[in-house]
Amino acid sequence: MIGVVSYLVFFATTASILAIAVLGLNLQWGNTGLFNGGVVAFFGAGAYGTLILGGMPQGAHLGGFALFYPLALLGGMALAGLMAWIVGLLTLRLRHDYLAIATFGVAVAFENLVRNAEWLAGGAKGVRGFERPLRAMLGDGFLYNLCFLAVVLLALVATYLFLERLVASPFGRLLRAIREDEEAAQSLGKSPAGVRLTAFVTGSVILGLSGGLYGTFYAFVSPQDVLPTLTFQIWAMLIVGGSGNNRGAVFGAFLIWGAWTASGWALSRFAPVEAQLYTGSVQFVLIGAVIVGMLLWRPRGLLPERLVVSQRGKTPLAKQGV
Amino acid sequence: MIQNLIDGVLTGAYLSLGAIGLTLVMHILRFANFSHAELLSLGAYAALVCDALVSALVPVFAAKLGPLSLTWALTAAIAASMVLTGVSAVLIDRLVFKRLRDKGQELSMVFASFGMALVIRNLIGLIFGLSPQLYSKDIAFAVLLSQDPLILVKPDQVFVLIAALVLMMILHLVLSRTTFGYSLRAVAENPALAQVNGVNLSRTIMAVWVIGGGLAAVAGVFYGLSHQIIPVMGRDLVLPIFAAAIVGGIGSVYGAVLGGFVVGIAGNLALVILPSGYTPSVPFLLILAVLIIRPYGLFGEARA
Amino acid sequence: MPEAVLTVTGVTAGYVPDLPILRDVSVTVRAGQIALVIGPNGAGKSTLIKAIAGLIPISAGRIAFGGAEIAGIRPDQLAAHGIAYVPQTDNIFRSLTIRQNLDLALRRAGGDAPARLARLFDQFPALADKHRERAGTLSGGQRQFLAVAMALASAPRLILMDEPSAGLSPKAAQEVLEHARMLTTQGVSILLVEQNVNQSMRLANHCYILAEGRNQIDGPAQDLLHDPVVGEIYLGGRRVGAA
Repeated sequence: MIGVVSYLVFFATTASILAIAVLGLNLQWGNTGLFNGGVVAFFGAGAYGTLILGGMPQGAHLGGFALFYPLALLGGMALAGLMAWIVGLLTLRLRHDYLAIATFGVAVAFENLVRNAEWLAGGAKGVRGFERPLRAMLGDGFLYNLCFLAVVLLALVATYLFLERLVASPFGRLLRAIREDEEAAQSLGKSPAGVRLTAFVTGSVILGLSGGLYGTFYAFVSPQDVLPTLTFQIWAMLIVGGSGNNRGAVFGAFLIWGAWTASGWALSRFAPVEAQLYTGSVQFVLIGAVIVGMLLWRPRGLLPERLVVSQRGKTPLAKQGV
Repeated sequence: MIQNLIDGVLTGAYLSLGAIGLTLVMHILRFANFSHAELLSLGAYAALVCDALVSALVPVFAAKLGPLSLTWALTAAIAASMVLTGVSAVLIDRLVFKRLRDKGQELSMVFASFGMALVIRNLIGLIFGLSPQLYSKDIAFAVLLSQDPLILVKPDQVFVLIAALVLMMILHLVLSRTTFGYSLRAVAENPALAQVNGVNLSRTIMAVWVIGGGLAAVAGVFYGLSHQIIPVMGRDLVLPIFAAAIVGGIGSVYGAVLGGFVVGIAGNLALVILPSGYTPSVPFLLILAVLIIRPYGLFGEARA
Repeated sequence: MPEAVLTVTGVTAGYVPDLPILRDVSVTVRAGQIALVIGPNGAGKSTLIKAIAGLIPISAGRIAFGGAEIAGIRPDQLAAHGIAYVPQTDNIFRSLTIRQNLDLALRRAGGDAPARLARLFDQFPALADKHRERAGTLSGGQRQFLAVAMALASAPRLILMDEPSAGLSPKAAQEVLEHARMLTTQGVSILLVEQNVNQSMRLANHCYILAEGRNQIDGPAQDLLHDPVVGEIYLGGRRVGAA
């Protein structure tokens, strides 16, 4: 019994951390129409940043600043934001495909860097020497995990409420206006590039928060944690859940993470041993097919965006017509 | 150093071929097609199958041509693969991208292209297995061009370079001498005006996919001849060919050719100063440099 | 009165569904004549021409050309029907040479292409001199001539011209408009949209005034030229009941 509960806590923690990332992506893609091809880089920046800033001194690589944990987490988020700011500055005034390609490139380069630069982040062996906050008080067992889940849920709710308020604010309306019709937004005297940059950086900081919590949970991060797989998973969560809708984003995170773990478990349990090697391939075909299928047949996701009625939709003029 | 330069030129040959189709599709359909690199692996595997078929049916064709590991069978297989890959590209467009365009969801095409890349790449892995394959089991010996500095070149690589240049020349002639070429360029510059001047837009888009797919198939085979054929080759090629398109300027065929060589040479020269583990980051650094210095690339034009 | 070549009847159209820019607009172009459409900015003049060219779908009304309904045909089939369209801006391919622009436009002419090209070069000697240069290097007036030449390449019976004199010097504008007049003597009919009211009204046969997406008044261009009501519409004054 305790085994099941303990697994559920573990599952809920991971899914909630990913849900925060999906919320960050939703601000970028769902609300603003910005394609982030390198979600995992910003997630990874948060994880690496937090662990390097908050960890104990290490001989082998940079870090060991042993910062007070919340500061370390903020530092990780700031690192993700900084990366987004640089990429955004270079690409957001150009055609939208440049952002897609540059963010994809960031993810490749990020993984490449942390894998190779041992002096920086421990290389393939990953970042060590991080101790989970309050471990002395709560121990390493079930109690700790339960408390950690509470913290993660708190962060998820806080992120959700923050984004809901942001989306309902005049700034949120501006984001949608730019997504729908850049020229019209421009004519209102707003610089779309500036607004997009703000949204992109904010979303990436949230991705960094998610990565920071993820790194904290495992007290370890390595290049294996920043593979493109994670980007695909987070996308699928958003698209299935319903991009543009924060509730859909959270729902999608739990659904897809559940399906992913279940399919991995089922394949490892029931597939013949010689086929085990191909478990990953099957899962990727499925996730790719889910993304494409949703875009084709259910583009607004399972929980669609509740569209605020815009001026364009009302068209009082049409009714006056002849 | 000179060896790196030569290797870079040879790498550039297949990157250019891959980038030409990508830049055309990106320019005309206005989306970053992350599944384009999968057309290269599709082409490489299609040629592998066709090669085996032809060799089995007509064993005479399985004889090697001079010092090359190339055979008549593989030559025929390349031609067949160009057609198959071109048709596949059209089919993928019909099944996925065109339907999104028709629904007015142009922005989603980039997303869908990523999904398609995952599907194609992993289906290839499931069908052909994850281990590398080769067109020829024989070891291709490199020819020593010079003792000091040490310069080695494989005959296959020379063939790849010459064949790539010939194909680019043919494409150049089509674009600069035929009204079909003008209509492609016209659609790239101004699709609405091209239509008004009697150009059938959907047929032109189909032609672009056929050309892009065909060249991608050749690029994939050439990659396989230079290295090996693996299901994840698309994953490793996608960033370099995007970099080639951006360096050259999105939409410019000549830019893509030049960009391919720039990316290939830069990647190989980087080996002189950087440990080889960093090679995958080089295209990204080139993209950053272009975005900072000349955002629209060497031959590109600003376009909203 | 010459027969009607193009009859637009009660057309409603716009870029976005449910938000029509044109409402119930009717226009007729007669054989060998210039029908002029004028009106203040935002009147829907360009929208009308794009709707006829098939670039914008119409939600109501009919467009008949030579007796056949043409609403809904693809823009690339228009030339085959005998209609050519000269857009207001970006009406040539800058990256192609002048010769390539014309060859593209002559693509469907088949064996007749060399003869037609020769005739076009006769008609526009300035283009013949520069035929190897990129069209992007041409001056504003020459660009309009190239655009008109491309339209003529398909030997059309009707040309839709969207503000051909916009952005040109007065002299170049006069040349372009006079060339349009000259074309009508060769049997071509023209639907001309213009901002340049004074010059274009002197050339036109019939004139339609559009405002706020609707027909306002129409009549022989000569009569309207001196009608005070025309000025009022332009000055944003009192609306006039539809004619």
